[in-house]
Amino acid sequence: MSAPAMGTSKTAHSDSSNKKKKGPGTLATAYLVIYNVVMTAGWLVIAVGLVRAYLARGSYHGLYYSIEKPLKFFQTGALLEILHCAVGIVPSSVVLTGFQVMSRVFLTWAVTHSVREVQSEDSVLLFVVAWTVTEIIRYSFYTFSLLNHLPYLIKWARYTFFIVLYPMGVAGELLTIYAALPYVQKTGLYSITLPNKYNFSFDYHTFLILVMVSYIPLFPQLYFHMMRQRKKVLGHVEEYSKVE
Amino acid sequence: MTRLRLQIRKTPAPGPPTPAKRKPAKKTKKAVVFFEVEILDAKTKDKLCFLDKVGKILPSFSLHWYPARQSIRLDPKGKSLKDEDVLQHLPVGTTATFYFRDLGAQISWVTVFLTEYAGPLLIYLMFYFRVPFIYAPKYDFTTSKHWVVHLACMCHSFHYVKRLLETLFVHRFSHGTMPLRNIFKNCTYYWGFAAWMAYYINHPLYTPPTYGEQQIRLALTVFLFCQIGNFSIHIALRNLRPPGSKTRKIPYPTKNPFTWIFLLVSCPNYTYELGSWLGFTLMTQCLPVAFFTLVGFIQMTVWAKGKHRSYLKEFRDYPTLRSPILPFIL
Repeated sequence: MSAPAMGTSKTAHSDSSNKKKKGPGTLATAYLVIYNVVMTAGWLVIAVGLVRAYLARGSYHGLYYSIEKPLKFFQTGALLEILHCAVGIVPSSVVLTGFQVMSRVFLTWAVTHSVREVQSEDSVLLFVVAWTVTEIIRYSFYTFSLLNHLPYLIKWARYTFFIVLYPMGVAGELLTIYAALPYVQKTGLYSITLPNKYNFSFDYHTFLILVMVSYIPLFPQLYFHMMRQRKKVLGHVEEYSKVE
Repeated sequence: MTRLRLQIRKTPAPGPPTPAKRKPAKKTKKAVVFFEVEILDAKTKDKLCFLDKVGKILPSFSLHWYPARQSIRLDPKGKSLKDEDVLQHLPVGTTATFYFRDLGAQISWVTVFLTEYAGPLLIYLMFYFRVPFIYAPKYDFTTSKHWVVHLACMCHSFHYVKRLLETLFVHRFSHGTMPLRNIFKNCTYYWGFAAWMAYYINHPLYTPPTYGEQQIRLALTVFLFCQIGNFSIHIALRNLRPPGSKTRKIPYPTKNPFTWIFLLVSCPNYTYELGSWLGFTLMTQCLPVAFFTLVGFIQMTVWAKGKHRSYLKEFRDYPTLRSPILPFIL
């Protein structure tokens, strides 16, 4: 899948530098539309799975298990987005995208999957719901944008829902990491102690605490960046017709 | 309203440039050509100042904009003019338009180098002497039982003392200053890595290299060879440039065999630096040292490629056999 994308971007590289404003070529656009449609569908599957499991069980508890596999599959699939930026078919920063995707993948695999005891925590549901709603809106936003038919509702939702979903997701993530700490310390998960041949050590427990601390400078920056984007994108529309 | 301290030189000054960063005006006996000069802000295009009869020195108003912070250019996105540029020799008519960009608070290269190198020297020694609060209290002020640890301390200290002395006596810098924020970034990098490496090498539970004396001897040879090499290159580069000048010339091999690597590489100082750290990694068999070597290598490669590119751009006859940092490879 990446081969045709690489091919187009290589030959189109001189084109894309001239046609910067036109965005990716036709083939890349087709691929991106398919990618975004598939991702939208995937997160819808997760959403439906959550609702069905809730209705069947009658409680919020342990819903993670009902959507564990599609969650892992589609969240990990988002790694492709880093590639899209690196190759140039998406005009975002590789570093920023990489950072956002890696933090999601980290939470999915290195925390929730790795520490079985936290899987039944309610905090997991908190961030899974936040991610699900966010991603459904985000991927449909990209799909419609690529097709040049973006309904105002989707644009509005993308730049408004985050106001609640972002803090909700962050809260879920932090609570989950916090819940994992005692188990990580007890079992020495992913940790290396001295002495060893390569004179290196790593304490995963301390690392997780540092990750939690890093939310303090990072979250406000990302949140207020979205706020500014909102003013720019939605505030602007008030001057023009709301019909797309 | 802000004004710039701008001195335009109408005739080239004799001898080396004066300490003042801008060009001093001179009264000549020849017929004087007056220039009109306007300075615009590079971003907003606001007119910052207009000089209609250049030859006068304007008093400096704003203390925020000392000369080292001023970037004056002919094109808003172009390169900065140099202190030595002469107005008459620039491609301008009788009305010259310049663009000003504030480079932000500046700090001298020498200051940055001295600070960033003094840190690792002192920090490593603190770990070597097992100052309290680093390791368990029973190890305070003890020394490692492994002789390679003493050797590593000597090598590491020698390396940074060499760097400090080179900064003071050898290097001839092209730029006087760099942005102030660099000192925080650079010190975090150097000091942070030094602490991380030193922690493990001087740890009570340190494990010496697997192949023992053989490995250490080889590593030391590589390290010393590359230290001498690196120093030789620094001397050769210094000798390309007369004191106080900022000229750039193609470096060539000299009588010193350590400089013969110039035949194959544009920036052998970085090549030797990599070699030194590979030697140190082998000597200590310590993963954090390997990480430090890797990160340093990546950064030096970026710099070497940039330098190589500017050599190619500036000199038509630049030797084609040379690679930026690794012979034939990179």
